[in-house]
Amino acid sequence: MKRTRNENMGHIEPVTPRPELKMWEALNLALDRAMAEDDAVFILGEDVGLYGGSYRVTQGLYAKYGEWRVRDAPISENSFTGLGVGAALVGGRPVIEIMTVNFAYLALDAIINMAAKIRYMSGGQFRVPLVVRMPGGVARQLAAQHSQRIEHALLNVPGLRIVCPATPQDAYWQLRQAIHEDDPIIFMEHELLYFDSGPFDPGAAPPPLHSGRILRDGKDVTLVAWSRMSRLALTAAEELGEEGIEAEVIDLRSLRPLDLPLLLESLRRTHRVLVVEEDCLFGGAGAEIAATLGERGFYELETPVGRLAGADVPTPYNDRLEAESIPQVSTIKARIRDLLKA
Amino acid sequence: MQRDLVKQLLYDMLLARHFEQAAAEQYQQGRIGGFLHLYPGEEAVAVGSLRAADPGDYVVTTYREHVHALVRGTPPEAVMAELFGRSGGCCGGYGGSMHLFDAQRRFLGGYAIVGETFPVAIGAAYWLAMNEEPDCVLCYFGDGAVNQGTFHESLNMAALWRLPVLFICENNHYQIGTEIHRHSAVVEVHKRACAYAMEGRRVDGMDVLAVYKATREALHHVRNGNGPYLLECDTYRYRGHSMADADAYRSAMEVAELKGRDPISLLRKRIREEGWLDSDECAALDAAARRVVADAVSFAEQSPPPEDLHAHVHARPLDLYSGAAR
Repeated sequence: MKRTRNENMGHIEPVTPRPELKMWEALNLALDRAMAEDDAVFILGEDVGLYGGSYRVTQGLYAKYGEWRVRDAPISENSFTGLGVGAALVGGRPVIEIMTVNFAYLALDAIINMAAKIRYMSGGQFRVPLVVRMPGGVARQLAAQHSQRIEHALLNVPGLRIVCPATPQDAYWQLRQAIHEDDPIIFMEHELLYFDSGPFDPGAAPPPLHSGRILRDGKDVTLVAWSRMSRLALTAAEELGEEGIEAEVIDLRSLRPLDLPLLLESLRRTHRVLVVEEDCLFGGAGAEIAATLGERGFYELETPVGRLAGADVPTPYNDRLEAESIPQVSTIKARIRDLLKA
Repeated sequence: MQRDLVKQLLYDMLLARHFEQAAAEQYQQGRIGGFLHLYPGEEAVAVGSLRAADPGDYVVTTYREHVHALVRGTPPEAVMAELFGRSGGCCGGYGGSMHLFDAQRRFLGGYAIVGETFPVAIGAAYWLAMNEEPDCVLCYFGDGAVNQGTFHESLNMAALWRLPVLFICENNHYQIGTEIHRHSAVVEVHKRACAYAMEGRRVDGMDVLAVYKATREALHHVRNGNGPYLLECDTYRYRGHSMADADAYRSAMEVAELKGRDPISLLRKRIREEGWLDSDECAALDAAARRVVADAVSFAEQSPPPEDLHAHVHARPLDLYSGAAR
């Protein structure tokens, strides 16, 4: 790698590890370490360089690694994601940042028609070690075009892997792991989690990339969630604990593949499941999870698998309606009480 | 002009013509499925340009790419077996006619969504530029691809970062059944280069020597760090868009007229005039090409089908319902 550091470009340093980090800091640290270890890793996206990333995730990396490895792209989502595919074919390990999942819809050709299929179409001759990071979810009154979730659109695409960390520690681990993989990986981040803090241990051994995790033990019902909804589910479970309801909470961490063994193990303890999903109800990941639990865990179920999901509407701008359009701690609790009555 | 080069160019074009003829016959006999897009009429473009490239250069092509793979050196039997969907194919029967890949020859694939070759090409070129490697990327596309967003997006990035890409437009004047003056406000594709401060020119795509020379010059420009280049090759396809095309949108007279400028006939005429090869040598090349194609068909017929449905989806087998084990 001959082209490296750019002088006079940015003075902010990348993040250094502390016992507690924000989500964006953990992601920044993961990128910094991956780039330091492997010259093949490079970042490309809108405002990832001089600006430092719209959620600060690439802060300091432009100055440290130079413009060829941290590249500010024009607003051309399909082509710059496709650029990542082309570079991955010939030896690169690109990390593409799409500013929000809403813009990723413009890059679906590169993701679905190219990245996901080239290994297969080429009879295994080419690998596609590509990570596509994209923040999404309902944030704060960003309205219909900036509040989408994209899980449903990518879940059904053979060749893709999808991970969705909800904590700084998982974000660090999973990004490091994803960059090491030789497959295209969709790395979903949540806009409301970037500035949440969590414990961080850079030396701890990570669990497998696609494993889920039990956040809280319980015997009465299993809450299955991912990304920001796993945090809300945990809060709901803790509050219900005060009412004597013991809810187990699983953070899936990965949607494709799915840690079904963990779900079945929990189901055998609780016999009731509620999937809490921020994406819209119709045709979403929750439908896949509920159907699979119905097929493979039928005799363990006391009640049908419940799904609490986003309303099937474009996200409204009005804050009250916006809150009504996705699960909240209060609606999760109410739905659990209903499920336990059934 | 070197005698050996002329001989090679003539052989390549004869092989291309006979190979595609055989593919059409095999398709009609039901041994090749799916969509089959053939190259007769356009041979001078792939042959002239790819013979001007270096072995280290990457090649990105469309779904009409059998000839590109052949010229690049993919064995004809491996290309034919791929068309048959057999395990002896260059992609083991997983890709088919529209998706030929050959990693060993830096052949980055045939892409069947119009406009996809642009981002793949700039991606490979980005990697080359980032690592200051001397190779280039040859990016093929038809006239129909230039109105896809990726054309504009990718040419902009290629020029902005001075990436080593030679964009080669195979302008056969039709996007399936829509003639260029009905799909493009500007019908001279090379003129679009100025939108990206890029060099561009048009060459007679029926004249293999002209294509060869223009490509050499363009690659010299690209390889010397002058940024990308847009080379428009004015050509024509004799057959319909694919074997499924009834070809009802253009007159037989038009096709007959263009066949009068057949690239193989043109090269033969030039060879005679210059005395580069005698008629026995030309006949021997023709016979050799026919033999190779016949052998390719025999090989494809005998090659067994692939068996593993799930191979090659991921880097290693991945059970979608047990992420924890991975």
